[in-house]
Amino acid sequence: MDNKNIPRTEPIQSATFTNPINAEIRRAAATGIYDIRGGGAKRRVPHFDDLLFLGASVSRYPLEGYREKCETKVTLGTRFAKKPIELDIPVTIAGMSFGALSGPAKEALGRGASAAGTSTTTGDGGMTPEERGHSSKLVYQYLPSRYGMNPDDLRKADAIEIVVGQGAKPGGGGMLLGQKISDRVAEMRCLPKGIDQRSACRHPDWTGPDDLEIKILELREITDWQVPIYVKVGGTRPYYDTALAVKAGADVVVLDGMQGGTAATQDVFIEHVGLPTLACIRPAVQALQDLGVHREVQLVISGGIRTGADVAKALALGADAVAIGTAALIALGDNDPKWESEYQKLGTTTGAYDDWHEGQDPAGITTQDPELMQRLDPVDAGRRLRNYLKVMTLEAQTIARACGHNHLHNLEPEDLCALTMEAAAMARVPLAGTDWYPGKAGF
Amino acid sequence: MQTYDLEANGLRGLNSALQELNGSTNKTSWEIVNPKGSHAIAVGLNSPVDVTIKGSTGYYCAGMNQQATVTVKGSVGPGVAENMMSGTVVVEGDASQYAGATGQGGLLVIKGNASSRCGISMKGIDIVVHGNIGHMCAFMGQAGNLVVLGDAGDALGDSCYEARFFVRGSVKSLGADCVEKEMRPEHIEILKDLLARAGADAKPEEFKRYGSARQLYNFDVDNAQAY
Repeated sequence: MDNKNIPRTEPIQSATFTNPINAEIRRAAATGIYDIRGGGAKRRVPHFDDLLFLGASVSRYPLEGYREKCETKVTLGTRFAKKPIELDIPVTIAGMSFGALSGPAKEALGRGASAAGTSTTTGDGGMTPEERGHSSKLVYQYLPSRYGMNPDDLRKADAIEIVVGQGAKPGGGGMLLGQKISDRVAEMRCLPKGIDQRSACRHPDWTGPDDLEIKILELREITDWQVPIYVKVGGTRPYYDTALAVKAGADVVVLDGMQGGTAATQDVFIEHVGLPTLACIRPAVQALQDLGVHREVQLVISGGIRTGADVAKALALGADAVAIGTAALIALGDNDPKWESEYQKLGTTTGAYDDWHEGQDPAGITTQDPELMQRLDPVDAGRRLRNYLKVMTLEAQTIARACGHNHLHNLEPEDLCALTMEAAAMARVPLAGTDWYPGKAGF
Repeated sequence: MQTYDLEANGLRGLNSALQELNGSTNKTSWEIVNPKGSHAIAVGLNSPVDVTIKGSTGYYCAGMNQQATVTVKGSVGPGVAENMMSGTVVVEGDASQYAGATGQGGLLVIKGNASSRCGISMKGIDIVVHGNIGHMCAFMGQAGNLVVLGDAGDALGDSCYEARFFVRGSVKSLGADCVEKEMRPEHIEILKDLLARAGADAKPEEFKRYGSARQLYNFDVDNAQAY
């Protein structure tokens, strides 16, 4: 047979050595350093999309969409604080630092959240006057680095969030690269301008839950037991972390899954450490229930919350509220297609831009460059965030009414089913069309 | 002199009373009896008053102090004067871990020994230890001065930034990027002042100065073996 006529095999791309993997191998070989980026896990993991609401039926009757009330208020910090935080909606803004974000971006977050009746959260680097001024309710993060920490700001806060970890990098610290260290950022962090600022991975003056209990006591004594104290953990061992936070005296537990974003961390850390958000909720709720404090110690869930459906599903699984970070930045203007030509120049594209640590954000959000920062109008961006928060709330209410509930907190696991075995196991709700989920007793 | 029996009257009452004081108060001198190792004694103070604690304390004594002078007639548990902003804290005995952690100002004097991680992440505080200090002291120290009349343990000043360390005795080992530095006249003056304010009987010339080599300030993969 003529060689030219021999049938050829199709070129087959490896499912193991994919083009992105191969590109990363080549990049690593060329540079000798791991890839650092912002954002959360991009890999596909079981998520809220794998759950559906069942809606009303013969046994459940719905509420009229435009007539019957469906309440959305939530109170956080009812356990010990003299002044719990009362929010109009159960969607809060997660901690993001001035430094990682520009001043106008922080202002926009405050404007949008305040207009929607919810809280914002500081981040590594301390509290800025603009942020305090534009946030009607501000949660002050107490982080391992203690950059900018001081008792005066502590007393200005409406709540304190002790950050043990975050979903993007549970067990890891942070690094704010020198190009984002402006004079003001450097001054707030008490470090020279232009150097890389490391954020420690664990607190400098306590280790373990017994110490944490004493640390919480100290913070309460300094703030006259006025404000709630949250404990934020990354999604790793949600049952035990929640139980230990409760034992240590937390008013609120914030649980952040691996889709939760970060300003800058190694890609290998983001993609390979921690649990999907969906897998965190039921164990945490179980811990609260076992300790008899579900709804007394509130649970805030974050990591990949995008829509009102996600909000409703998180609440149905037992959370009291959710927090958004990446979604809030997108609402402000992050990764907007109007900057596509500039994303191209940076070697990326709309929707994929994640080099937030490099300070070259075309949208002017994750930067300290004065020219880029001016691109973000904090009033307009704040309005967009408010609109987005309102839409999320309306969407969650729509679903809750369809399930027959007059408060978002009345959503329950029985309102849900799962589309996949994995989601059924993690959320502990039945696989669609069955009354079974993996691990359920009696099967 | 105001005397407060901590065992009889409780922690909240004490801190509440001390935190309510302002610059015009006549209650400028306080004595706390029966501390019995309690935690968070005299935290969050913000007025120029003198507080003497007669006995040993637990965690975070004088935490986040501003303006006040707090004297402990005993030893202290972990985190004494943590995140202190200003004022003076004097410990007549020994101090456990993390003494002066993240402190941003003021003077912490420990007349005995200090355990590990003394001055961790210090941000401007001055610390004078009359005795020895343990391992990993001033880890990631950013600013301020740590003076040790005795010896220092392993990994002094690991990954430090601009904080200065003065040690009279031996240093078991220096941490990553911490090096011995020249003692210039301005450092002698700084040290002289600190020793005087801390009531320490030592000569500045007897000390060696240590600080950051500034080689790890910007990430370089070739430095990865340093960690």
